[in-house]
Amino acid sequence: MTEYIIVIKEDCPTCRLIEPVLGLLIANRTVEVTCQDNPSWPDGITVTDDRALARSWALGIEIVPTLIRLEEGEEVERTEGWSRADWERITGMSLTADIPDFRPGCGSCTVEPGMGEKLAVQFGQAQLHARCLELGDDEDDIEACFDRGWSDGLPVVPPTDLRVLRMLSGTRRAPDEIVGQVPPDYATCTVEKVAINAVMAGCRPEYLPVVIAAVEAALVDEFCMHGLLATTYFSGPMVVVNGPLARAIGMNARGNALGQGNRANATIGRALQLVIRNIGGGKPGGVDRAALGNPGKYTYCFAEDETHSCWESLAVEKGYPSDASTVTLFAADGLQGIIDQKSRTPESLCRSFAAALRVVGHPKMVMAADAFLVVSPEHERVFREAGWSKSRVKEELHELLQIPGEELIAGADGIEEGLPEKLKDQTLPKFREGGLNIVRAGGSAGLFSAIIAGWGASGATGSSPVTHEIKLR
Amino acid sequence: MTITLRDPTSELSPQTREPLERPDDLEGLTVALLDISKPRGDVFLDRIEDLLAQRGAKTRRYKKPTFTRVAPVELTQQIATECDVVVEALAD
Repeated sequence: MTEYIIVIKEDCPTCRLIEPVLGLLIANRTVEVTCQDNPSWPDGITVTDDRALARSWALGIEIVPTLIRLEEGEEVERTEGWSRADWERITGMSLTADIPDFRPGCGSCTVEPGMGEKLAVQFGQAQLHARCLELGDDEDDIEACFDRGWSDGLPVVPPTDLRVLRMLSGTRRAPDEIVGQVPPDYATCTVEKVAINAVMAGCRPEYLPVVIAAVEAALVDEFCMHGLLATTYFSGPMVVVNGPLARAIGMNARGNALGQGNRANATIGRALQLVIRNIGGGKPGGVDRAALGNPGKYTYCFAEDETHSCWESLAVEKGYPSDASTVTLFAADGLQGIIDQKSRTPESLCRSFAAALRVVGHPKMVMAADAFLVVSPEHERVFREAGWSKSRVKEELHELLQIPGEELIAGADGIEEGLPEKLKDQTLPKFREGGLNIVRAGGSAGLFSAIIAGWGASGATGSSPVTHEIKLR
Repeated sequence: MTITLRDPTSELSPQTREPLERPDDLEGLTVALLDISKPRGDVFLDRIEDLLAQRGAKTRRYKKPTFTRVAPVELTQQIATECDVVVEALAD
């Protein structure tokens, strides 16, 4: 019966170094030598051909050489690399070859980048629980995803086992851990299902914790994802990412932050939408009753530029430490630009912002839709130079957005839309308390900022922004 | 090689795709009669058209250029926009 297994590869200098030791052991012990890269090496030794790595995978080899001692076929001891003392102790032999006493080993072929998931697909126990769908021989895999209704209208990456396992390597959370119940079907959503949709959206594995956090935030009752999906209004979920993780995964918070071209921005927002579509069952024409929708319903995700900001970040405002990474979800419409190329005082610039914010939803609508004001670096500089904090800007805007009821009532300005006549003598704020959020993002040139208006139903009657910490692992 | 994908959905729907739901009756619907250009397909469709007319259904006639190839996209789009159901004359 085999007493020892030794796993080697020719490419490893330490394995080549111990070649004389292998000869000694084979002459005196019952040894299986397994080679990962060349079945005819070493010369004169019968070797198990493990170029497919099935044996190494089953043995859990991470370093070569590895020496394993067996008793009645069961492993009782192993050592990795070459240490004469360890090998002599384990084999009970004097291994007096003319080689150094110690050399570290090399990485096993099984731990080369991407190999772990590949071998798991080939030889591993079933780790995935989602239903398998076998395509017809003549089916194109991307077309098959369209045909099955899994796409938002753009091609998706077909979710093969290998891709899903690689995606799951981005989190330590178990594939079968339940993330929540996704509306409108309130179907159970697991980490694995999020990973499958993240694959389809085009995410890299390191984005997965952000996607999971975004899904968790969307499922918080205050966010009202079901209503947001079902509304005839424009809105859909927008994701603002804060903290070191946004920078670590290369999110764009600067030039064209709200536009195309950055993989993390593009695919994280898309993955959330695909989760709602595929797991929740929320599709346009079905429960999604949007009259027009908005292009952000493909994907709507960006990072706040914290590195160069004089303001505390959105996450810090929401009570998180500055080293925390968070997602903030907002029920967002499209984007409206604000051009102000002449204001050099914060008072003037705030008046511009207020005039533009006044029309969110409708000039006569108050305390209904929330809004995000995305302030560009060149506009922020005006506040920085004047020493205005973000909260001071908010206070100023709050004052400027107190609107006389007579301007808001139905019939005013010859517009039938408006508030009831009884509110004529009141003064009302444009935004509910806490309804206006400010973040800083954008490129270094351009005296433009942006308003991202929200769903007409905000707060308790609809959706509130929800901030959620990203669990890294 | 056969490709296997993992289902991204809640798996509430059956794995095999269901055919489109059939209407309970033809009341108010327009029926496309598609001749695939096989011999005597017109005879079959003339009879079907008569029978549908007796039941008060509206019909429209279409013809594929050849039975050997799938219908041109323009034709399927035309049928899809003008009609609600299709009867194809497959037989000789």
